[in-house]
Amino acid sequence: MKGSDVTITGVSKSFGDFKALKNVSLTIQKGEFFSLLGPSGCGKTTLLRIIAGFETPDCGEVYFDGQDVLGLPPNMRHANTVFQNYALFPHLSIFENVAFPLRIKKVPNKEIKERVYTYLKLVELEAHAHKKPSQLSGGQKQRVAIARALINEPSVLLLDEPLSALDAKLRQHMLIELDKIHDKIGITFIYVTHDQQEALSVSDRIAVMCQGDVLQVGTPHEIYESPATDFVARFIGETNLFDGKVVAVEKAGEELLVTLDIPELGAVKVTTVDQVQVGQTVSFTIRPEKIAISTEKPKTTRQDINLYEGVVDEPIYSGFQTKFYVRVSENLILKVMKQHSNYSDEGPEIEWKDSVYLSWSADDGYIVEVKS
Amino acid sequence: MKPALSKKNYGPLYAGPIALWFTLFFAAPLIIIVLYSFMKKGLHGGVEWEFSLAAYEALANATFVTITIRTLVTSIIATVLTILIALPCGYFMAKSKNQTLLLLLVIIPFWTNFLIRVYAWIAILGNNGFLNDFLKATGLVKNYIQFLYNQESVILVLVYMYLPYAILPLFSTIDKFDFSLLEAARDLGATKLQSMTKVLLPNIRSGLFTAVLFTFIPIFGAYAVPLLIGGKDSYMLGNVIADQLTKTRNWPLAAAISMVITVVTTVGVFVMMALQKREARRAEEAARFGNTTTLEEINNAAEIPDSHNPAGGRP
Repeated sequence: MKGSDVTITGVSKSFGDFKALKNVSLTIQKGEFFSLLGPSGCGKTTLLRIIAGFETPDCGEVYFDGQDVLGLPPNMRHANTVFQNYALFPHLSIFENVAFPLRIKKVPNKEIKERVYTYLKLVELEAHAHKKPSQLSGGQKQRVAIARALINEPSVLLLDEPLSALDAKLRQHMLIELDKIHDKIGITFIYVTHDQQEALSVSDRIAVMCQGDVLQVGTPHEIYESPATDFVARFIGETNLFDGKVVAVEKAGEELLVTLDIPELGAVKVTTVDQVQVGQTVSFTIRPEKIAISTEKPKTTRQDINLYEGVVDEPIYSGFQTKFYVRVSENLILKVMKQHSNYSDEGPEIEWKDSVYLSWSADDGYIVEVKS
Repeated sequence: MKPALSKKNYGPLYAGPIALWFTLFFAAPLIIIVLYSFMKKGLHGGVEWEFSLAAYEALANATFVTITIRTLVTSIIATVLTILIALPCGYFMAKSKNQTLLLLLVIIPFWTNFLIRVYAWIAILGNNGFLNDFLKATGLVKNYIQFLYNQESVILVLVYMYLPYAILPLFSTIDKFDFSLLEAARDLGATKLQSMTKVLLPNIRSGLFTAVLFTFIPIFGAYAVPLLIGGKDSYMLGNVIADQLTKTRNWPLAAAISMVITVVTTVGVFVMMALQKREARRAEEAARFGNTTTLEEINNAAEIPDSHNPAGGRP
């Protein structure tokens, strides 16, 4: 596998009174597409800049393939960055922008030409080589920035919110392009984003960050299905999140079937592998798309089904799906997502003020944190 | 369709005031100087209205040539030093959080009269000046050091005088410069110095151009500084003109020397503009270097090098 593994141990960084990073440790594998995900101000960009060499951490270490790189200036590290604002050199043509690292290294002209075109072809911009950056569209500039960052054949590519300046459609397209490039080149990608959708769709693994801490590291599936904290559950996708008291625990095979008492909602059954005990307070999450909604009472006799009645407070139609805010009790509204799939998806349309039944299986809920 | 009746071209009318201004205060004096330089010298100053090349013939003497060369060399050295000092100043100001304060500090000297500031330097550098007093008080020197009345002191004071004129345009262009480009350059393998020369300087070319003009042109015509700070061997063209006007009362010669200054500075400006154009053309050529590539060459460009292309793909 090409690329380097990147190990970060105990890195902290403060700007004045503001603690941007608090004792962060991460291990990023060779060739991995690794995302740093978090809201603005969570320290993800600071961490990326430390890896690139633009910032020096107050303490901690950064290793590429086991070699300490903190003493090295940015130009000596085998990592290149794709900047958020592209940072293309306005006085140089696209060709010269991409050729810049090779010119610095005084590579012979013939080889420069060959290599620049190799990478311009990779990003499908070979026809624009003679243009100035100002003549390109945002998406094209982004691709130049990627080609320029790759031409030195770095072992780590750092991407600082590279798609944030593009419109939604183009973003989707570029994301697929990035993934393809990553598959082709196979070096380590470290991708900073605040957009959970982006991170979920391309990453091998994600680190969710908040206020200078890494809250969870895992595959997109793990992060979405088994969030480690309330923050992660709320930040990744939409969810219904409540605190509840454990009132009963019984063994169900490898797992535990737990009954929670959630004020306003009532008894909720949920399976978990965590060790929970009666009397503890836990936070509980159920994703909107896992809740079934129907106007007729579901005909099931399964014991692990949670069933509630409610009234549609607000239906939000968005083409392929409808989101319902369903009032289950006076102070509690559940978010429910219903996909509009195909002909078998019949039944009367659910409308505003309809009385509905909400149901989900105990397996679909998830206990996030044990609080006390 | 009804034609727009009111759509008259008022352009020349709007340009009127500025045209009048230029004619009165720029073109007319210049024409007068050109005319005077081609006339006979009046007895007590002024000119006699008779064509003569006497003034230009008088230029062809060794003293004058020496002074012209000295003026040119002094101006070039002073300009280069000014720019070298102004560049880091402008850079620092652009990056600073106290821009307003620093700008104020640069502008404050303008609040004091030009001559007063020249005399201030005499007070500092004079044989009984502050600097010598200080040196004597610390026991570093016994008597005094002759700082004034030489070429070096003239250059020092000229640099001081025209530094703000270089700092301001440089600051304003560097302020607009996107500093993340320097990080990008460093990231792509450039050393700190390379990031400055290959990315910062080409992007602030217009500011550099302005700064050079704003310092070179006034320094080339300098009068008061060489007169007050310089010695016998630091006479510059400006001083010769003044002498011709007030002492020798040879107005045509004074006009002819003025013409020399005008021509040299104009040529200087054109040379700089040509250099700029050449730079731009070079950049274009470099771009064409990419453009002239044939399709075949593009197609021949290797796929991502093998060393860079693992067999396995993703982990």
